[in-house]
Amino acid sequence: MIGMPATLRTTEGAGLPGGGMAPQPSPLPLLEVKNLQVSFGGKPVVRGIDFSIAPGEKLALVGESGSGKSVTALSLLRLVPDAAVGGQAIFQAPGGPSDLLALPESALRGIRGRDIAMIFQEPMTALNPLFTVGEQIAEVLQLKKGLAQVQSEQAAIELLASTGIPEPARRARAFPHQLSGGQRQRAMIAMALACRPKLLLADEPTTALDVTLRGQILDLLGDLQRRNGMAVLLITHDLNLVRRFADRVAVMENGHLVEQGTVADVFVRPQHPYTRKLIDSRPVRDVVAADAATPSAPVMQAGHVRVAYPVPVAGFRGWFRSDEFVAVKDASFAIAPGRTLGIVGESGSGKSTLALASLGLLKFSGQLQAMGQSWGRQAAANQAMRRAVQVVFQDPFSSLSPRMTVEAIVGEGLLVHEPGLGPAQRRARVEQALVDVGMGQAQFPGLLGRYPHEFSGGQRQRLAIARVLIIDPRLLVLDEPTSALDVTIQKQVLGLLQRLQRERGLSYLLITHDIAVIRAMAHDVLVMKDGEIVESGSVFDVLDAPRHPYTQILVAQG
Amino acid sequence: MSANDLSIHAPPLNEAFGAGVQAAAASPPSVSPSRRAWQRFRCNRLGYWSLVLFILLVVLSLFAEVLSNDKPLLVRYEGKLYLPLVKDYSEKTFGGDFDTPTDYLDPFIQDKLTQGGNWAVYPPNPYGPRTINYFAKEPNPSAPSRGNLLGTDDRGRDLLAQLVYGFRLSVLFGLALTGIGVVMGVIAGAIQGYAGGKTDLIGQRFMEIWGSMPELYLLIIFSAMFAPSVGLLLLLLSLFGWMGLSDYVRAEFLRNRQMDYVRAAKALGVSNLQIMWRHILPNSLTPVVTFLPFRMSAAILALTSLDFLGLGVPPGTPSLGELLSQGKANIDAWWISLSTFAVLVVTLLLLTFMGDALRDALDPRKADQ
Repeated sequence: MIGMPATLRTTEGAGLPGGGMAPQPSPLPLLEVKNLQVSFGGKPVVRGIDFSIAPGEKLALVGESGSGKSVTALSLLRLVPDAAVGGQAIFQAPGGPSDLLALPESALRGIRGRDIAMIFQEPMTALNPLFTVGEQIAEVLQLKKGLAQVQSEQAAIELLASTGIPEPARRARAFPHQLSGGQRQRAMIAMALACRPKLLLADEPTTALDVTLRGQILDLLGDLQRRNGMAVLLITHDLNLVRRFADRVAVMENGHLVEQGTVADVFVRPQHPYTRKLIDSRPVRDVVAADAATPSAPVMQAGHVRVAYPVPVAGFRGWFRSDEFVAVKDASFAIAPGRTLGIVGESGSGKSTLALASLGLLKFSGQLQAMGQSWGRQAAANQAMRRAVQVVFQDPFSSLSPRMTVEAIVGEGLLVHEPGLGPAQRRARVEQALVDVGMGQAQFPGLLGRYPHEFSGGQRQRLAIARVLIIDPRLLVLDEPTSALDVTIQKQVLGLLQRLQRERGLSYLLITHDIAVIRAMAHDVLVMKDGEIVESGSVFDVLDAPRHPYTQILVAQG
Repeated sequence: MSANDLSIHAPPLNEAFGAGVQAAAASPPSVSPSRRAWQRFRCNRLGYWSLVLFILLVVLSLFAEVLSNDKPLLVRYEGKLYLPLVKDYSEKTFGGDFDTPTDYLDPFIQDKLTQGGNWAVYPPNPYGPRTINYFAKEPNPSAPSRGNLLGTDDRGRDLLAQLVYGFRLSVLFGLALTGIGVVMGVIAGAIQGYAGGKTDLIGQRFMEIWGSMPELYLLIIFSAMFAPSVGLLLLLLSLFGWMGLSDYVRAEFLRNRQMDYVRAAKALGVSNLQIMWRHILPNSLTPVVTFLPFRMSAAILALTSLDFLGLGVPPGTPSLGELLSQGKANIDAWWISLSTFAVLVVTLLLLTFMGDALRDALDPRKADQ
């Protein structure tokens, strides 16, 4: 997969002609959107935005979740049900300019897929699981170009080849679940480009992919864009992607387009405060410097930890035995007091499994000691350790019970570890913990009686941190604590974690796929791949001079 | 840095918040998820008014003795007050000849009770469920008349009284059966779902064996072995009534025990029982609540069918099923089958409307709107 450009070169002749067509400045924009408004049930989501895309241009639409960027793209093809859409979107269709928002449904259906195609964030749900990818691509060609069955199947294989999928003829007969994430996204791209559209709407095309794949898919999109001379509207929240890919950028906030211009202009001289805030949102390193001189006992020490899951064996033999899948092979590490150990890896690398094992929530073999004690089988014997080692999860929406009030959620640890407290004392402690994470009664009247659904992702993550702070732990296991948050919120939550570490001398076991977060937070780092630790050391050694090839790719992409 | 992007060194309260804060701060006082579901339920007017009407009917039927009885509510006889509802009086008390319980429908007694300063307050419908009107002018079953508003059955008992008491018995039976089924189903489902693994496997196999037992034949056999009674029927139906629900609860527990809030609670050291009770159960009750009205209507139907077949409550107990079978035996006495049918249809329809509204109110896709 790494050698993808080579693959592309070999298949270039068989693929799509028209290479080398440079984006020409054109008097008529390919798509001109005027005063686009979208609202759901009277609630405006897009509040009158204007932008245009020239033929062959790469425009990026950037914004945080809820800014209306995806809805904007979907509403251009009228793919949002139950939405009231207003304004104009003049598209230079082959038969003359037409307003996409006013066209009859039958005419629009002709444009969808043929002139304007779309790729989605999650290829697993965007592809039909009951058909092979070859059939799904061939179907587009049969419908839109009227190709015969045999021809369309051949063309589908050529399209797959042009996206750099190895063994395209075999992959065309594969079902979506038999392909890897990157291959699925390539198949989606092949399908979208089947009719050589003039405009491609790419809605977060790389967000669901691992970091090492993101660059590849982006390069592929850029390459195909150049060869086909099509325009691309890239919807994303990731500024790195914009920098690497787009010619122009438009920034959306809360349904408004606050700024647009060339990528160079906007990134160097952002005009709008929100754009500046977005660009400034890279996490900042602000932690106590690690000095090797302190020989204090580690808060947690792991030696040769191994975690394996049983996997059922197919067929008759499965009645009697089961195989095992080894999620973590032989992991050893130590965390010093007041320090952060970062574990970085992609999905499936075993890093979250290691986190659960270190919390004593999974069966494992090997030694794992926290505060000089090991996890036992008796719940009562573990209580002291439970108090010392706490966890904050990734998804702020599933980590708080939706039917408990803030007071019940945050105060739960006290019920277990300090059962002697009276209701009034408990309430005071809950309030203090909330203040410690920056959630005061002043900002939220009646905070204690509120339910989690009333808070945003960042606020929920603060509640999750308050829940563990209240029992005064020594080590926090942070499992992707900011991955589900917007960049500006991510910066705030990381700042909070840094402050808590400085003030309380907390140790962190930080699990993430994001090199920028590691760079801002960690003192030491472990790189995991397929359950193995491939590289470890102090954060500057590993990130500035990566030795393992895998680490090198991670650092280059991040 | 912009003005609203505060430094991370600032005191905690000033720490910068995202754009979403103001929305939460300005929102009205908090509503719990169940309270929001109730508000959505109220918006469904058909379901809401069905609930109001159903509760009204149930409450009225709980006072059936005051509404429909063969004894007067209050009697004043020769300067003394009597409460025949509470206490049985001998006929001699009111100037009769025999030392037997008074038959207040006897014209002789009625005559005594209205003479001079004596008076008696009768319920709106002066018949009990087992009262046989020996003084009816027409042969049984007699058509609706001023004396018997909905007519009598083939034994001369007032139909309206039977319907009132039969409705009460059906609803109370339905409530009890549903309640027992819910408790048993939730416990069984919770244990299987939370423990998972071998416990789940064994529990599921047990339920498959248990569920394949022929329920109806067991009922017939038991009704031959024991004296039929409402309690026995409740027990037998409960033995099988919990299974459908426990599958749903098990699935919810299996799903919810994977959630991060459960893992967080485990990491806090909360005991398994507490996790099940405080964390998982409240989040697993949606299918339980949604199915309550449907389960109740199924329970009422089960009782009615068994009574219709003669396998249900002991003879003489007012029951809708027994009335239906009377209607079938006396097909020309249209008032029996028609009025019983109407009571059943209204009851089941109200429950179904409530169930529909409840299902909509608890629909997770609508919960966030």
